[in-house]
Amino acid sequence: MTAAARVEDLLRECAPQVLGALIRRYGRFDACEDAVQEALLAATVQWPSEGVPGNPRGWLVTVASRRLVDLTRSDEARRRREETVAAMPVPGEQPPDEDDTLTLLFLCCHPELSPASQIALTLRAVGGLTTAEIARAFLVPEATMAQRISRAKQRIKAAGARFRMPPPPEVADRLRVVLHVLYLIFNEGYTASSGPDLQRNDLTSEAIRLVRAVHAQLPGEGEVAGLLALMLLTDARRPARTGAGGALIPLAEQDRGRWDTASIAEGVALVSDSLARSALGPYQVQAAIAAVHAEAPSMAATDWAQILVLYRILERIAPNPMVTLNRAVAVAMVDGPRAGLAVLDTVGLARHHRLDATRAHLLAMAGDTEKAREYYERAARGTASIPERRYLEGRLRNL
Amino acid sequence: MKYLLIMHMNPASWESLTEAERQAVMDGHGTFIETIRESGELISTEALGDPSESAVVRVRGGVPVVTDGPYLETKEYLGGYYLVDVENKDRACALAALIPDASIDGWGVEVRPVMFSAGMEM
Repeated sequence: MTAAARVEDLLRECAPQVLGALIRRYGRFDACEDAVQEALLAATVQWPSEGVPGNPRGWLVTVASRRLVDLTRSDEARRRREETVAAMPVPGEQPPDEDDTLTLLFLCCHPELSPASQIALTLRAVGGLTTAEIARAFLVPEATMAQRISRAKQRIKAAGARFRMPPPPEVADRLRVVLHVLYLIFNEGYTASSGPDLQRNDLTSEAIRLVRAVHAQLPGEGEVAGLLALMLLTDARRPARTGAGGALIPLAEQDRGRWDTASIAEGVALVSDSLARSALGPYQVQAAIAAVHAEAPSMAATDWAQILVLYRILERIAPNPMVTLNRAVAVAMVDGPRAGLAVLDTVGLARHHRLDATRAHLLAMAGDTEKAREYYERAARGTASIPERRYLEGRLRNL
Repeated sequence: MKYLLIMHMNPASWESLTEAERQAVMDGHGTFIETIRESGELISTEALGDPSESAVVRVRGGVPVVTDGPYLETKEYLGGYYLVDVENKDRACALAALIPDASIDGWGVEVRPVMFSAGMEM
């Protein structure tokens, strides 16, 4: 690892602690967040050449506090507040030991914000990424992302949200939102194909890092462990899921020897442990399904009966058309393609390329090449994803 | 998800508008741009020049041939576009309805998905 990469890891780790320390002292999430970003930038420039200070968090808190004073000073309308801030001692010594990651996540994933804003704010305030990095990851101009973040902060302020843990009766609902945001960040990185978008894989690592931090604070929450396991087990397939030029390789054709065995072992252990100890939730069930795939030597030798049971459970606790679609595939593997097609007819989804693709796949399995062709064509036209379209066109050619 | 909001226009419709109505369309674009910039959804927007200024380039047998005029011989032509990054297609359509052009007889805004390079293994 290079000096710059080591510094970056350290900064990402420090970011929520430093921000938490500042907000606790000065309030004003939006201004503190800007100040911390500037301190992180200063460190990115200085530390690799001048060396990492003995107390990195203390250094960042000091620099961010000074920056906050500067920011406040430059704002005429806030003169009164400037005096208050300036009168406060600049903390340089020891930041508090508490880990503020979770509190910050609850704030950034405030239910008043749209998912896109929750994601952007989480990556910046908790993940310590710069606006430019987030914009690059989501393939939008920096100005668009900057505006999204600034509006998210205004909304949080307008909603009167405070930097503290939500009251106990709200924790479960709010945690569900946090986990969903982290899940979306992971997916955004995972679905990126290789090649020019390789950098977006950073999002998967970032999502895994943040879920790990939540898991460390809430080890008894089964769904947190379940989500971490699901991410590890899915990410384990990354080296095998794309081929030359970023072409997608379906599960059935992946070289399982290239799966990351360490991630699989950790994911399987996590999900087994949480299934034994906690109340069942959708992430745990999805992780359990991923674990069955991860432990199978091939598509044919997969325990499809077990996967079918798990999809039935998932459909009961978290029904949604995509789950039914996946259950149809499992039914096809256990009871044959016609049985799977019958399940597809029950999917409450008007028109979706994934439904068309699955129908095409099951029709091809059933030997109905003519109809399979029709649905592969529909699916290929229906997706806006270039690698998915190429994959579906490939299937069509090979019918 | 990114969508291109494509503004198709018919010059005859534009000419039939009063000066006040034309001004309202221009102002409406200003308000619309402000709305989607503020929400962090605007990526870019351009209004295009008159199609009579267009040239069409075709390379045949390795030789470029340039002809005057628009590619398609129709009454409607592409007047401009907004490129937006939004939550879903419903939101893209809701935004399209805010564009003043959508309210003019004979004009319409086409909402078209932009292809992306991410994909799910199937």
